[in-house]
Amino acid sequence: MNDVIGLAPWLIGFPLIGAAVLLLGGRATDRWGHWLGVLASGAAAVVGFILLFRMIGTPAEERAVDHSLGTWLSAGGLDVDLGLRLDPLSMTFVVLVTFVGTLIHIYSVAYMDHDVDRRRFFAYLNLFVAAMLTLVLADSYLLLFVGWEGVGVASYLLIGFWDTGRPTARENAVAAKKAFVMNRVGDMGLIAAMAILFATVGSVGFADVLPAAGGLSEGTATAVGLCLLLAACGKSAQFPLQAWLGDAMAGPTPVSALIHAATMVTAGVYLMVRSGPILEAAPTAQLVVVVVGAVTLLFGAVVGTAKDDIKKALAASTMSQIGYMMLAAGLGPAGYAFAIFHLLTHGFFKAGLFLGAGAVMHAMGDQTDMRRFGGLSRFLPITWITMGLGWLAILGIPPFSGYWSKDGIIEAAFIPVDGQPWRAWVFGTVAVVGAAITAFYMTRLFFMTFGGRRPRWTENQHPHEGSPLMWWPLVFLGVGSAGLGLVLGIGGTFTTWLEPVVGHAEHHEPVLPVPVIIGATLVLVLLGAALAFRMYAVQLVPEEAPRGSFLTRAARRDLYQDAANETLVVLPAHGIARLVQVGDRDVVDRGWGVLPLAVSWFGAMFRKVQTGYVRSYAAGMAGGVLVIALVAWLVVRLGAGLGGAQ
Amino acid sequence: MTTFVPPEIDWLALAPLIVVLGAGVVGILVEAFVPARARRTTQIVLALAALAGGLAFVAVLWPQIVAQPVQVVGGSVTLTPFALAAQGIVAVLAFLGVLVVADRTSTGQDAFAPTASAVPGTSYEDLARRAGLVQTEIYPLLLFATGGMMLFASTDDLVVMFIALEVLSLPLYVLCATARRRRLLSQEAAAKYFLLGAFASALFIFGVALIYGFAGTVRLLQIAQQVQGGMLPLEGMSVLLVAGVLLVTVGLLFKVGAVPFHAWTPDVYTGAPTPITGFMAACTKAAAVVALVQVLYRTSIGVQAVDPQILRQLQVVIVVVAIATMVVGAVVGSVQSDVKRLLAYSSIAHAGFLLVGIAGFNAQVQASTLFYLLAYGLSTVGAFAVVTLVRERRVASGSRSGEDNGPVADDGVVLGEATEIAQWAGLGRKAPWLTAAFGIFLLSMAGIPLTAGFVAKFGAFSGAVTGGLWWLAVLGVLASIVTVAFYLRLLVVMVFRRADDETVPEQVPDAEDLDASETAGASGGTAPAALATAQVTAAQRVVVTVARSRGPAAVAVAVCAVATVILGVFPSPVLDLVEQASKFVP
Repeated sequence: MNDVIGLAPWLIGFPLIGAAVLLLGGRATDRWGHWLGVLASGAAAVVGFILLFRMIGTPAEERAVDHSLGTWLSAGGLDVDLGLRLDPLSMTFVVLVTFVGTLIHIYSVAYMDHDVDRRRFFAYLNLFVAAMLTLVLADSYLLLFVGWEGVGVASYLLIGFWDTGRPTARENAVAAKKAFVMNRVGDMGLIAAMAILFATVGSVGFADVLPAAGGLSEGTATAVGLCLLLAACGKSAQFPLQAWLGDAMAGPTPVSALIHAATMVTAGVYLMVRSGPILEAAPTAQLVVVVVGAVTLLFGAVVGTAKDDIKKALAASTMSQIGYMMLAAGLGPAGYAFAIFHLLTHGFFKAGLFLGAGAVMHAMGDQTDMRRFGGLSRFLPITWITMGLGWLAILGIPPFSGYWSKDGIIEAAFIPVDGQPWRAWVFGTVAVVGAAITAFYMTRLFFMTFGGRRPRWTENQHPHEGSPLMWWPLVFLGVGSAGLGLVLGIGGTFTTWLEPVVGHAEHHEPVLPVPVIIGATLVLVLLGAALAFRMYAVQLVPEEAPRGSFLTRAARRDLYQDAANETLVVLPAHGIARLVQVGDRDVVDRGWGVLPLAVSWFGAMFRKVQTGYVRSYAAGMAGGVLVIALVAWLVVRLGAGLGGAQ
Repeated sequence: MTTFVPPEIDWLALAPLIVVLGAGVVGILVEAFVPARARRTTQIVLALAALAGGLAFVAVLWPQIVAQPVQVVGGSVTLTPFALAAQGIVAVLAFLGVLVVADRTSTGQDAFAPTASAVPGTSYEDLARRAGLVQTEIYPLLLFATGGMMLFASTDDLVVMFIALEVLSLPLYVLCATARRRRLLSQEAAAKYFLLGAFASALFIFGVALIYGFAGTVRLLQIAQQVQGGMLPLEGMSVLLVAGVLLVTVGLLFKVGAVPFHAWTPDVYTGAPTPITGFMAACTKAAAVVALVQVLYRTSIGVQAVDPQILRQLQVVIVVVAIATMVVGAVVGSVQSDVKRLLAYSSIAHAGFLLVGIAGFNAQVQASTLFYLLAYGLSTVGAFAVVTLVRERRVASGSRSGEDNGPVADDGVVLGEATEIAQWAGLGRKAPWLTAAFGIFLLSMAGIPLTAGFVAKFGAFSGAVTGGLWWLAVLGVLASIVTVAFYLRLLVVMVFRRADDETVPEQVPDAEDLDASETAGASGGTAPAALATAQVTAAQRVVVTVARSRGPAAVAVAVCAVATVILGVFPSPVLDLVEQASKFVP
């Protein structure tokens, strides 16, 4: 491991250099800039695989390596070393980010072909990859935070990428801003967590903080855990900071695939798993994590059933799937491995689904309304098959990859924590119900797009497959969706791989026998899928959305998340802002406005004393001597003092 | 029969003083024997060499004095690290000051009258100017003043201190009267300074007499020892001591420029030649503050155990003076319309901030005071150097007689300094580097972080807090907020306001403007009113220009600016040095 560890900084270095060259090079790099972007990402992927294989070749207990890059900050009691932590957890992310990232880079070369700003797009993508790798490779919360903010910036830039010259330019910019602002709310949590850690542990490095977590008081650990959870909620679009993700689909589809499905939005899960020891010291925080995950997974699933926009449906699905991961991350060591495992498989199949959606949109002239699709399987066979693999994977049909990871989470949810069977029943049930709803909305999405007897296209559309640059990545991701779970899941390979980081989970029995859980889940999933098949493949899909029930209408409006934010946060905040503004203008400013007047007035008065006559100056001095004498006399007389140096 | 015992003199310890004062004496001889052509150069080289030499000796002495402070010449000179550091600071600031003094700028004229003894406005004066006479005696005078300041800061003997006070003051009185332009103002300033200075000296020496009456000696450390040891009973006699120390303090506060003994400051700072103002504002203040600290603290050593009441009296007086000084400096400074006067009031306000630190009466104050004096001195010398370069230039004909002695009706000639704040508008575009440097000085005076002034103020105010006077530190902060307002206003004028003459092309001012005024005159018959206006404006037409430095002043400005920033960003080396200097008592 140590002989190749020197390569690790290049993981971040290659894409960072790529971004720098593309941004600073400007228009001069327009012609070949996109290939440089692909190259930078590809080089990082090669380095990532080299490191991965070396790591596999080393004994399990030597796999975690801290690679120091020297001192970064030394300020008072705070010493932060700049360093990278390579262990099975971060390497999993490195491979996911660089491999999927490179595929998406390649896809984008074709997808963004007609965009005049393609070079800038690749610069931002490279910037994102560099920041994301910084996030996962950091060996301290502070460096993690740098990456955390970096991906936030890249996400902002890419959501709002089309902020000029399009009819939706303004909405795109607003969506970018919304994502950024909501992320900032979460970022405050991370800052607060770092502050508490520094105050209690005296360090923000993983090597110091995580072993010390057991020694924290429960109150402190809970505070840190909840602050970290807030950060994770912002980045991973978890309840209650979920509202930005749907709007973030305003970005180009490869961005949605890479950032808002496969990698960045899962950073919150990474943070939770990385901070596992802290959460384990705070059972309350853990419970909150589980609750947040459970709420979000249902929330996203319900919203997903009603969306007609293919990207928004997938975004809701992403939210819901990350809810699963969060739920698992809150279950302690039993859940960590499955959280990350699901994150990995989800990274493949969701990226595949998004790129497939991009291919469909590409074929249909940027149409995103599924009610205007239908019957596309004949025209887009490759997209159909690869998305089909993704669909089966997310449904959790064995042996596709989603089954291995999601089933693990459902089983873990059924394990009672601290001998409290109610939790197992509640969260287990939520997970199973969520799986059923997932099956419904994904089947709906799949058949509204590809199935149906009658196409519902508008105008003269001639769907066709994109260039090989677009469908080869689809094929790779489709293969991953199909086989990755089987390869890594069988015999618990992946769980063992992560064990050096997340610790060994004691085996506990779920409240129901495992075969019963698997069976019940499968039955419910098939029922959900069958229902959707009946409604959207057998029956005709209306071109205009029916009014629907109350629940459908609520789900279409994201269960009123924006209205709730508007009422509960924005309006009160505006009220406070207005109050402060009025107070600042009418009270503070007016009040301080008196000061300059007073100063000028006094100044003018004193100025008169400055007559220019020596005699008056001398008189002033004599008077001063008398005043001093008087003061000295008064001090004696009154025995007064200043409470100073005596 | 007693034989004469020659005192053991540690010549090395006296070397900084001897080099500077000796060079002053040599400078007088230079006046007598060196041919006129070479005189100015010789004097400048001699003065700079002497100050550099003095500084070098300070550096050589430093380790020795830090290890073991000494008294030399039978106790007349007391070299503590604190005093030695003050000597070093004075030498550095004087060196920079002399650089500014020596600069003739692109106008070929320095700031001094060709013959200072000529009556202003006479034909003799004009003759002297045409003959190209120069008053090179200013350099020996500067050296004497500097030597006096260095001695002033490093004695414990009040009579020696008085002599040093006169040695530093008398040359300054003369120097104040030597301005080339606005000579009446300059002479008036000198006269005022002299009269009030004499008054202050009288108070000082009266205080010394009272102290002698109390103790039979004028050496503060001896008095402190005897009072502590009970050999000098305070009962019934303490009035003598208190009155004496307070009068001495008043004499020193006059030099420091503290309210109510500040009245001379704005007038003298405005009237004196600007390079001299910079030198005086920086160096005199440094020497006087150090002397004040020594007098107050040496007194307090003696009395604090025996009669804390006296210490309390001193402290209350200093606090009252500090508050008055800050308030007057800050408040009156904010209504000034002249740059030199503004800087004068700023210097008064800084005296107040220094007194805030001193009022804390604790050992920490020595280091912070030294740092403050250095930081303040650098920005002051630099700021006044900038003032010397911002000039008025006449661009149109007109019979402009009066105080400026430039050739009459010679267009495009650079006149005296443009000291009205309004005239500084648009300077940022005319001279960006100079404006940047001036901005640094202003920010440092305002105490903005990353400049030396911030570290300095922080040190002074924390001295007060350590002494239990946190509320005084709060007052200090409030006062410095008021000063920030006027510093920033000046900056805003320089950088953001457009000059009235901005449209006038810089390179060819005379020809075009002449034409313009002539055409106005030719067409005057038809519109008499317009003619009158045109003539008035033409006669008063001056634009603000920046005289190019011939080198020395630019070097001084650059050094001050860079040092101000370095002291603000990496203050630790200098802070460590002044920390070593925290010994009043040998």
